Amino acid sequence: MAKITYIEHDGTEHVLDVKAGLSVMEGAVKNNVPGIDADCGGACACATCHVYVDEAWQAKTGEKSAMEESMLDFAENVEPNSRLSCQIKVSDALDGLVVRLPESQH
Amino acid sequence: MSSSDAHVVIIGAGHAGGSAAALLRQYGFTGPIDLVGEEPIPPYQRPPLSKAWLKGEADADSLALKPLEFYAENNIAFRPNLTAVKLTRGDKTVTLSDGSTLTYDILILATGARAIKLPVPGADLKGLLELRTAADAEALKATLGPGKRLAIVGGGYIGLEAAASARALGAEAVVLEREPRLLARVACETLSTFFQSRHEAHGVKFELGASVVGFEGQDGHVTGVKLADGRVIACDAALIGVGAAPNDEIAKDAGLDCARGIVVDLEARTSDPAIFAIGDVAHRPMPIYDRMFRMESVPNALEQAKQAASAITGRPAPAGEVPWQWSDQYDLKLQIAGYAFDVDEILLRGDPATGKFAIFHLKGDLVQSVEAINSPPEFMMGRQLIGARRPVNKAKLADTSVSMKEVAA
Repeated sequence: MAKITYIEHDGTEHVLDVKAGLSVMEGAVKNNVPGIDADCGGACACATCHVYVDEAWQAKTGEKSAMEESMLDFAENVEPNSRLSCQIKVSDALDGLVVRLPESQH
Repeated sequence: MSSSDAHVVIIGAGHAGGSAAALLRQYGFTGPIDLVGEEPIPPYQRPPLSKAWLKGEADADSLALKPLEFYAENNIAFRPNLTAVKLTRGDKTVTLSDGSTLTYDILILATGARAIKLPVPGADLKGLLELRTAADAEALKATLGPGKRLAIVGGGYIGLEAAASARALGAEAVVLEREPRLLARVACETLSTFFQSRHEAHGVKFELGASVVGFEGQDGHVTGVKLADGRVIACDAALIGVGAAPNDEIAKDAGLDCARGIVVDLEARTSDPAIFAIGDVAHRPMPIYDRMFRMESVPNALEQAKQAASAITGRPAPAGEVPWQWSDQYDLKLQIAGYAFDVDEILLRGDPATGKFAIFHLKGDLVQSVEAINSPPEFMMGRQLIGARRPVNKAKLADTSVSMKEVAA
């Protein structure tokens, strides 16, 4: 279990306990957090689960795969700390993780 | 009555119906919501059924769109194991399969589509399977394993994904396709040939131009698929994947406009302003192609759920989208954007032999659709080009030394 804070673009915070093994995307979607569409359900095929990982947590969330890197390269408003949240697996080590959501997922 | 105290009834608890219920709450709708589903379980993702789930890489919990408790916590009455049998628009009631009725202020029809059955002798044998629901997938999985033989009728995406998963589980797979090539209705010849060779390399066998005329069985269980040329393809189970038909009967009976599905506008509203139709059952406008058609895809289900939930809560309609879909087979990620309507030229970017390429379908110098294999840049920029309706430089598009960002610049 990890406590994850999702911050919507308008500043609304959602603090959720997310089960280890789920992805950061699934934690948001299963709790109906607005702002993560996740059209493809985690297949790394759509880039609609884009988040910004709080700098303090970037190393702990792991490396991007070539596929994720490539999808993100063409998403909108990409920053160095951008990730596709379907590709970040939740573990106890991510307890306290903070992610911010972009204005839109298209 | 304001729309916030309206009673919304959603018929169909698939990806479209489930998403509409969740989005109504996200958008601040506070009235009661009934979500009526034919299956025993709450809404879940169907795409993994032929892929990760079939191979044992995803469990039931991970497929669920929301956990079961979500519905009660959000005042959504989830009613499983029920279908709608009659719609009475004058009374604004829906009669359910248990004889009860629900009264609605706003009705959302998300009844989906059903697998088409083959009208041939032996079609009622045990071991003949289809793949739409979690229960279907359970039944299919139970027939797969080392040494088992799966015959797959229909060389479309579902059949090919099932073939790939069957091989991963050690089963033999033979695909029987009526047309002379795979994916005949949905993809061009280059892609058909590419997929066939990749599947053959993984041990899948193909019978093309093969018309199925019946099934043979023993003790009520299928033992073979009979072809028009007299041959019988022996199997332990047969998966039928030859397309789907919309579940639009109650809408037709109630006099709603229907074409190849229930006709809706850009808000997903039917010819009755109190009734919406979303997902696989809807015959909807797609302005970038200046026509109406029916789509069977998750992105379409989500988009129309957004349209209906926006209209009901008085939010602006979502921006027009470019339809897309995806498929995973072995190490191949296929991403498709758009539909190949009115195409006069097919342009290949990259070399299929490398397993990384894209096929652009053009109308003049406009991109109508793109099929991208292991090529996210081509998919992502292709999708933007389709939406922008902007002419593209074909020489640059065909030249892989020119980046997709430059092509679209």
